[in-house]
Amino acid sequence: MQQHTQPQGGRPHIDRRLFLTGAAGATIVVLSGAIFHPAEAWALETKNLKPETMRTLIKMARDIYPHDRLADKFYAVAVKGYDEKAADAALRSTIESAVAELDAMAKTAYSAAYANVGWEWERTRLLEKIAATPFFQSLRGGLVVSLYNQPEVWPAFGYEGESASKGGYINRGFNDIAWL
Amino acid sequence: MAGKFDQNDASVVVVVGSGAGGGTLATELALKGVKVVCLEAGGRHEIEDFINDEWASFSQLAWTDMRTTSGSWRVARDFANLPAWIVKAVGGSTTHWAGASLRFQDHEWKARTTYGELAGASLLDWPIDSAEMAPWYTKAEDRMGVTRTHGIAGLPGNNNYKVLEAGAKKLGYKEVSTGRMAINSAARDGRGACQQIGFCFQGCKSGAKWSTLYAEIPKGEATNNLEVRPNSYVVRIEHDASGKVTGVVYFDKEGREQRQKARIVAVAGNSIESPRLLLNSASNMFPQGLANSSGQVGRNYMRHMTGSVYGVFQKPVKMWRGTTMAGIVSDEARHDPKRGFVGGYELETLSIGLPFMAAFLDPGGWGRSFTSAMDGYENMAGMWIVGEDMPRADNRVTLSNARDKHGYPVANVHFDDHPNDVAMRSHAYNVGAAIYEAVGATRTFPTTPYPSTHNLGTNRMSENARDGVVNRWGQTHDVKNLFVSDGSQFTTGAAENPTLTIVALALRQADYIVNQMSKNVI
Repeated sequence: MQQHTQPQGGRPHIDRRLFLTGAAGATIVVLSGAIFHPAEAWALETKNLKPETMRTLIKMARDIYPHDRLADKFYAVAVKGYDEKAADAALRSTIESAVAELDAMAKTAYSAAYANVGWEWERTRLLEKIAATPFFQSLRGGLVVSLYNQPEVWPAFGYEGESASKGGYINRGFNDIAWL
Repeated sequence: MAGKFDQNDASVVVVVGSGAGGGTLATELALKGVKVVCLEAGGRHEIEDFINDEWASFSQLAWTDMRTTSGSWRVARDFANLPAWIVKAVGGSTTHWAGASLRFQDHEWKARTTYGELAGASLLDWPIDSAEMAPWYTKAEDRMGVTRTHGIAGLPGNNNYKVLEAGAKKLGYKEVSTGRMAINSAARDGRGACQQIGFCFQGCKSGAKWSTLYAEIPKGEATNNLEVRPNSYVVRIEHDASGKVTGVVYFDKEGREQRQKARIVAVAGNSIESPRLLLNSASNMFPQGLANSSGQVGRNYMRHMTGSVYGVFQKPVKMWRGTTMAGIVSDEARHDPKRGFVGGYELETLSIGLPFMAAFLDPGGWGRSFTSAMDGYENMAGMWIVGEDMPRADNRVTLSNARDKHGYPVANVHFDDHPNDVAMRSHAYNVGAAIYEAVGATRTFPTTPYPSTHNLGTNRMSENARDGVVNRWGQTHDVKNLFVSDGSQFTTGAAENPTLTIVALALRQADYIVNQMSKNVI
């Protein structure tokens, strides 16, 4: 992920050209060609997908694998590969039209684009309708690795990762359970 | 680099595969003075190359070449091209295995006699029994350094084991321990003691766990009688006009076709690749495939009745710390048809890391039900169920329409659970959940079987040539100088992890091969 908008000692400047994208909260905002996350102080430029589409993919990623203890940036990392892959015109078209269709369903049901639908259960209901599509299956299947195989998310689950270089757990609590 | 043995040297024994069966057989033959060329499809990755990272290690070690699947098993849906989680590397799946080393129970050698006729099952008694195998088990246990045998102390229990033990004892189970493991509890045979690293499935970085890679093959190589050729992918076995095998065709690392002549060929490529190799070796003389006059090659594919139970507790367990398979409950391994099924099952602790938990806890799952389970990861304990599954004639490995990069048909693996498997799994899920609930689990997960790790039975051993592929020595009924040396020989699967039995059979087979060679019978 590109971190070029991380200013020293402050939140990124957001001017009035930005339009707020979330009716409730506006955690991710879209500027021409990029999405900004002011609270987490990161930005992601898109090369092939519309930034709004990337924002929706990030929201979908969180709704598919919602972990409240994980920041949005991990979901952004998990799906940003789709922007690269969307250099392929056929894939770009598949993604853009699938997201457009999801937004259309959201507008019909909740009068808002998918990313702006207020409740997770409302968005989940929309996802269930597309769960059998190759697009959803591919997104979900990819996330299993691209989200959970980020070593940076492991601490949020308590998982400690590699241990051989630390001598294993023979002297580091392999049998330290105390509550049984 | 030129190999130790010439490719035209027709006096060598060729062993295809270097895992529990092939690696043991090749080494034992070399120790007995027989010249052996062991052809291994995968590369050679030593202990220092192993990676404590599940996906990275999977890329390094796993057999990911194309396979196809069919049947009603869930693996065919969730992992259509990955029916088995096994290894393509020197050492085979002994790099990946967890180390549980249990003998078959007496009655399991005589499954057909003990269980009777079961509709939809192709049960058969082994042509050998417990008494015959006892000395070979003893030899194998000594060789592998199995804990709780030969005066070797058991391993200490980790957190995951302590949860299993406490729950099982609360329910009244008696046969609960840290098990018989081919993992050093103290330094032995030039290898150190277990450091409780975890990551047993990713290759043991301390070398405490027995593997043919470093505990057998180097001993064979030290005799100068054994040459292991990695990256040698055997595609066909050749024979002469008399029907005797004469050598094998393989592809080297650069994709060049090579031939190795042989006096004897022993096939040990795992229960998926071994029947595939025999089927792909069909000729005018053997139109159904080599050693397949019975039509049994590829049939009776077994994968053990498996499944996992994970439980979430209010406080941390950190199950990933220490040995992956840290303990066992054996009370349910008995044959007791009053439970509603024949045969039995073992419960063995298991842990997988967060990345693999995401992939295997509930393949295809998503949403809060899934992620709230994952949120409980640190507080989880886990166990694996391994029980006897019923052989079925139509559960089988066949040649697929898909082809590998060398143009040979890949294996298709077809599997449907037998009703006995379903009943046993249901029983085991309930017991597993009860064990964890007895010590405070707030939620349990009956987890579907992973891609198969115990692949068995596709070249089964039989008294009569019409019922199976190999005789009591693993020698094919049809071709006297062709042997099968891996788990595909298994007539039935028993409830126990198969590696110890594969090793015991390989040691016994080596003895037989040397005897037959000395008599010039083969």
